[in-house]
Amino acid sequence: MSSLLKNSELTSEKADSIVSETLNNCDDGELYIEDTKSETIVLDDNKIKSSNYTSDLGYGFRAVTGDTVAYSHSNEISEKSLKNSSENLKSTLKNNSGTYNSEIKKTNQKLYKDVDPIESKSMKSKIELLNNMNEYARSKDSSVKQVTASLLAEKKNVEIIRSGGELLSDNRPLVRINMSVMVEKNGRKETGVFGIGGRQDYDEYLKNDNWKKVCDEAFRIASTNIESKPSLAGEMKVVLGPGWPAILIHEAVGHGLEGDFNRKKTSAFHDLVGKKVASDGVTIIDDGTLDNRRGSLNIDDEGTPTERTVLIENGILKNFMQDRLNARLMNTKSTGNGRRESYKHVVMPRMRNTIMLGGSNTQEEMIKSVDKGIFAVSFGGGQVDITSGKFVFNCTEAYEIINGKIGSPIKGATLIGDGPSSLKEILMVGNDMMLDPGIGTCGKAGQGVPVGVGQPSLLINNMTVGGTQL
Amino acid sequence: MELNYSKMIKDQEYLKKIADICLSKSKKLGSSDANILVQSSVSENVNVRNKKLDGSERSENLGVVLTTYLGKKKSSIASSNLKEKNLDELVNRCIETMKITPEDEYNSLPDKDLHFKGLKDLDLYDETHLNNEDKINYIKEAEEEAFSNDKIINTNGSGFGENKSNFLLANSNGFADGYKTSQFTAYCEVVSKSNGSMERDYEYTSKRFYSDILKPKQLGSIAAEHAVKKLNPKKIKSEKISLIFDKRISKNFLSIFASAISSSAIAKGTTFLKDKLNQQVFNSEINILDHGNIRKANGSRYFDSEGIAVVNLDLIKNGILQDYLTDTYNGKKINRKSNGRASGTTNLYFQNGSKTFEDLVKSENKILYIKETIGHGTNIINGDYSVGASGMMIENGDFSYPVSEITIAGNLNNIFKNITLADDLEFNYATNSPTMMVEGMVVGGK
Repeated sequence: MSSLLKNSELTSEKADSIVSETLNNCDDGELYIEDTKSETIVLDDNKIKSSNYTSDLGYGFRAVTGDTVAYSHSNEISEKSLKNSSENLKSTLKNNSGTYNSEIKKTNQKLYKDVDPIESKSMKSKIELLNNMNEYARSKDSSVKQVTASLLAEKKNVEIIRSGGELLSDNRPLVRINMSVMVEKNGRKETGVFGIGGRQDYDEYLKNDNWKKVCDEAFRIASTNIESKPSLAGEMKVVLGPGWPAILIHEAVGHGLEGDFNRKKTSAFHDLVGKKVASDGVTIIDDGTLDNRRGSLNIDDEGTPTERTVLIENGILKNFMQDRLNARLMNTKSTGNGRRESYKHVVMPRMRNTIMLGGSNTQEEMIKSVDKGIFAVSFGGGQVDITSGKFVFNCTEAYEIINGKIGSPIKGATLIGDGPSSLKEILMVGNDMMLDPGIGTCGKAGQGVPVGVGQPSLLINNMTVGGTQL
Repeated sequence: MELNYSKMIKDQEYLKKIADICLSKSKKLGSSDANILVQSSVSENVNVRNKKLDGSERSENLGVVLTTYLGKKKSSIASSNLKEKNLDELVNRCIETMKITPEDEYNSLPDKDLHFKGLKDLDLYDETHLNNEDKINYIKEAEEEAFSNDKIINTNGSGFGENKSNFLLANSNGFADGYKTSQFTAYCEVVSKSNGSMERDYEYTSKRFYSDILKPKQLGSIAAEHAVKKLNPKKIKSEKISLIFDKRISKNFLSIFASAISSSAIAKGTTFLKDKLNQQVFNSEINILDHGNIRKANGSRYFDSEGIAVVNLDLIKNGILQDYLTDTYNGKKINRKSNGRASGTTNLYFQNGSKTFEDLVKSENKILYIKETIGHGTNIINGDYSVGASGMMIENGDFSYPVSEITIAGNLNNIFKNITLADDLEFNYATNSPTMMVEGMVVGGK
């Protein structure tokens, strides 16, 4: 019995019968119902600037036959609305007919608690926390001129009703604590941004005055950047720090290994399964099963339990990340990567926590081996062109390396590279694998989903660094 | 069964009823002021790939956003669940949160005198409805045209979308107004291949009126042409070189400029254009306008998200910064009245320059033409700009070979002062620019 339909005009029985009748002649599909509550509180310019609470309830009804997907969504949960959607799906698929695949794996996976992080902390104490963060950050130094702090919490309850009445559900908490500090010195302005989060109550992330560490880190990055000098432009060796810089792996390789681009043969990796695509010692996984991580899910948004999927093992390409549609068309099984931003969005293969496993080198060794290069500790956004394989990153904290030693911080450096070739340019894999602090959101085709990344320090032979100095 | 499309978006009467319920509830529960937005939209999209139907999507959205005030205290809620019981709970929650939120002296409803009161005669809604069959035919024709180019071997998918929406904005100061808008959008993204090189590119068209969008054959052939031109690119050496930005990219500089003069960034001091009012920001040839009253245009609107009438702004005149994009809250912080920009810019554009496209291309022996940038390398706080790019090398006035995997970098303070514009402005988007040349930027390559 659906619990999300409990207070609606649509009964579970009626929903089951419309779903079964609509999907009868299709290969796949489901009714996805979602109830999301979210709260955002922002402190900006010394004031609580906004407190927003959102309550969203709606459904997305999908029918799939062959490689054609029909999708209809609405936030009016009623028999009439669902029947309209059903007619709409049927009219798209009227010339196709398929055989419904009712096979779906079961799981008792509990990677996070069924808690509501919004209600777990009172509004008063959230406001107090933001004020404390603001005061603490401003008290660190007189160069701190602007502070923005925010708290985001979400509780997303989802239900998936498949043809035949099978019901799958997942209740997903998510929080994020963000801090941005702007410092000004000698007429120069720079910012530092840091955040933490995951699928637990706020208090789990606030233990031992952890919020102070968030402020400290944002301030440290801003203060480093205020001393930075313009970046050199040109090809050079790059040492990546552990943890968050793995968004490079996410962009450079991850997207290219998503099933849809490979089924459509538009990814640079589509014909490389079983082939060597990376240096020896490079193993990359996409893991949806890590406890409380931002990218983890008990089941994906099609109801498939998530798993730990090996993408590249010791340099050899092993698997793509699949949802049900692309898996079926490529004669394989879903890896539990079928995700969507909300009921308003159609499912696609998406990453969960994408991680490069650790190796044997130390970061010190890597830096020592570089005559001229850069040490990139943190990145802002990244982007990739999946077809050509070109990707780009903006460093938010980076240093020059001269004759094996870390030099001055450099500003505004952009790294550009080619996904398939830069994997082969990895010279050393560090022994210091680290996961990111829990802040990543991945954008694809206009849909944002929470993801995680992780990696050890890496030495890459040759990347193009963008800067203003020749 | 063909659904009656025009009846699917809610009418003003229905939206008004919801708004009234929420406004009177919040008043009853103790708010001194309130503002509400009720929105209804329906969109239908079809996607094809390799000339075959890939998917269809229909979305119906209905939602409210309510902001309540108690003196200088404020809180907001949003919901898509308009059941009376749910609205009750949410309004209650909003009021409870508001009561314990600290006061902010700048919080208030907008100035009544600035409310929009004029005629709504800009033609922002097109009744035309295409059924799915027609949408599919349009976009199939575009892909067929693209595939008639023999170097096009695949598509990333192409799509056609139709969106109709209606909204009502109301506040406790007596403002209540809204209107319908429509949008027709089509894109075609194709993959070219030659000698082991694979590239993608696209063309995109989006207009309020169906009759104004590109014809399918144009859409397909332009997309194909773009993708083929990118094949077999070279990487060039790092050097200082003049750049010409294609219109697809030059308009991005206007968006950057707009975020740098938003009253929120100015008030917080987080922009490189703070304290630049009445100063030379661009060279004296440059004029930037933000006009909200262009008939049928994508960025046109009557009033902003606070109900304030949108006035035409000349943001840059002969290179000099004339105005900020101001809303009520941030306007109070910097002592300026709202100019109706709580929802950002309207139709933002550079006025045409005096050079032709040919003049720009032939102005130097070696120029790099930028057709695409990737990455988010703009720092509004200090003006640093550094992005990945691809394009074409121009030698002695001829487009000679494609270039990729390079970076371009500079500081916007300098970039803005070194812009030369062509005279080829077109109103294809909400933000529009002619082709733009910037002298002497640093390209990072080999």
